[in-house]
Amino acid sequence: MNDRNREMLKQPSLAVEIAGLRLKNPVMPASGTFGYGQEYAPFFDLDELGAIVTKGLSLKPKAGNPTPRIAETTSGMLNAIGLQNVGVEAFIRDKMPFLRQYRTPVIVNFFGNSLEEYGEMARRLSDLPELAAAELNISCPNVKKGGIVFGTDPQAAAEVVSLVRRHLNKPLIVKLTPNVTDITVMARAVEEAGADAICCINTLTGMAVDVRRRSLRLANLTGGLSGPAIRPVAVRMVYQVVQTVQVPVIGVGGITRAEDALEFLIVGARAVQVGTANFVDPQAMPKIVAGLEQYCREQGVDDINDVIGSLRLP
Amino acid sequence: MQNFNTTILSNQELSPGYYRMRILAPGFVAASKPGQFLMVRVSGGFEPLLRRPFGIFRTGFLPADCQGLPDKEYVEILYKVIGRGTSILKDLHQGDRVELLGPLGNGFDVQPAAEQILVGGGIGLVPLYMLARQLVKTGNVRLLMGGRCRDDILAVTEFERLGVATYVSTDDGSLGEEGLVTDVLQRKLDKFPRAMVYACGPMPMLRAVHELCGPRRVPLQVSLEAFMACGVGACLGCVVKGAGHSESDPHYLCTCKEGPVFRADQLEWDMLEAGHDECGCEEGMA
Repeated sequence: MNDRNREMLKQPSLAVEIAGLRLKNPVMPASGTFGYGQEYAPFFDLDELGAIVTKGLSLKPKAGNPTPRIAETTSGMLNAIGLQNVGVEAFIRDKMPFLRQYRTPVIVNFFGNSLEEYGEMARRLSDLPELAAAELNISCPNVKKGGIVFGTDPQAAAEVVSLVRRHLNKPLIVKLTPNVTDITVMARAVEEAGADAICCINTLTGMAVDVRRRSLRLANLTGGLSGPAIRPVAVRMVYQVVQTVQVPVIGVGGITRAEDALEFLIVGARAVQVGTANFVDPQAMPKIVAGLEQYCREQGVDDINDVIGSLRLP
Repeated sequence: MQNFNTTILSNQELSPGYYRMRILAPGFVAASKPGQFLMVRVSGGFEPLLRRPFGIFRTGFLPADCQGLPDKEYVEILYKVIGRGTSILKDLHQGDRVELLGPLGNGFDVQPAAEQILVGGGIGLVPLYMLARQLVKTGNVRLLMGGRCRDDILAVTEFERLGVATYVSTDDGSLGEEGLVTDVLQRKLDKFPRAMVYACGPMPMLRAVHELCGPRRVPLQVSLEAFMACGVGACLGCVVKGAGHSESDPHYLCTCKEGPVFRADQLEWDMLEAGHDECGCEEGMA
């Protein structure tokens, strides 16, 4: 056997499964940081990703918030984009044809302004067999009616999740906000209501002040904090949720490199999402995939699933 | 559009607070259009976290070291030190590495015309150089360059070498005519009512340029600056109010992807906000 064959044999498997969805690796973008995929296609082959997650979609197009919408903070950024999106019909017409070129599963993130809209979105997305799964946003903190009510109240969250579950014919991932006292209460509520997987965490609500002008740095007053600054909070919450529910958990929050992703996997996340890092480095995700593979080789692991949930507690 | 790690060839102070950086950039000569920009990651770590956008001043070839090798391509940016990112940038030296993403955005829509007027305010001069290089081929090009004082007047002789007629004005009269660049523009428009105007600079200057060009039906293109996270149309953090925008029916344009150059009639001028200088963001495109 020559060296090349030996190398091939040692190729670790990065494939994971989430709610019946097989991903070639556990790395996917966080909604809202990757556009509709096309924006990042010049930088790498999107088929290198475990999945593509779209910007959050609503029934009608949404113009978004006034500016300034973003502010850089220590090792992070605040955003109050306001869920600007083209709307589900324009997505189907203008964005889907591009995404169909790829074999990697497409996950649509969506939200509604009312229970009815959530239900209607779930029905509309069910018409589209090319979508592998849907990620339900009940946690975006930016728009007053954009979901914060659902995402912070266990009963409201359960209500919207069970409604969507009834109308959706594909795996349902529910994305949780960290802006609650006890995230495990929310996780249990959405699992019982029919979530097939849980994604956490969304951004942490924050605020920043321009001290020279004594003014707000975001027109919206508050925004969602993301980036490396939030990672330890995210790892803690993902760990708590993994301990609480049976459904698979997707970990997200401040991942910029393979080591960061591994923290989430080791505490039990079945996959990870990369957000703000895409802005900092458009090739962050393929680098993370390569880093996971290298880690497996170094650790003598042939299947990434052996890493997932492998935390050694004292 | 590409993202790559590259080498700084030089980084010099042009006038107090203003720097010119030349960076090795294979492929940029053919790929860069006048008015496009690039993003620089000034630190390998997370401080600052985001890349900084800079207008492309010019591209060019450096003679190769050895015969038979292709000439090396470079890109130049001019920048003003205004925040954390540019403070780090100014301390980088020849041979240091930076990550570069670009060229990005839509450049100027270059239209042949007998009379072309470029209006630059301070560091807003940057995207006008490559434009001038192209426009001198088809008509008379005038650069009206304004600043608060002489330190803000950059690279004017380089425009002159292209064959551009230059008119300098400063608020304090420390260089050129004392007064606003728009006073000069008004006189030129009276003389050349069929000129085309291209402008980049602070928002109050752009607004004044628009107010001169609009009633005269002089075609105007402006290059805007904005704080942004991604530069490729994904974060939607750099939007500006497009024509027809209202609070009940908002309409936003993405500076990085749909701009940074806009036709004046694409924008909602009454509601446009200032770029980096006045929005409370730390840094914007220059």
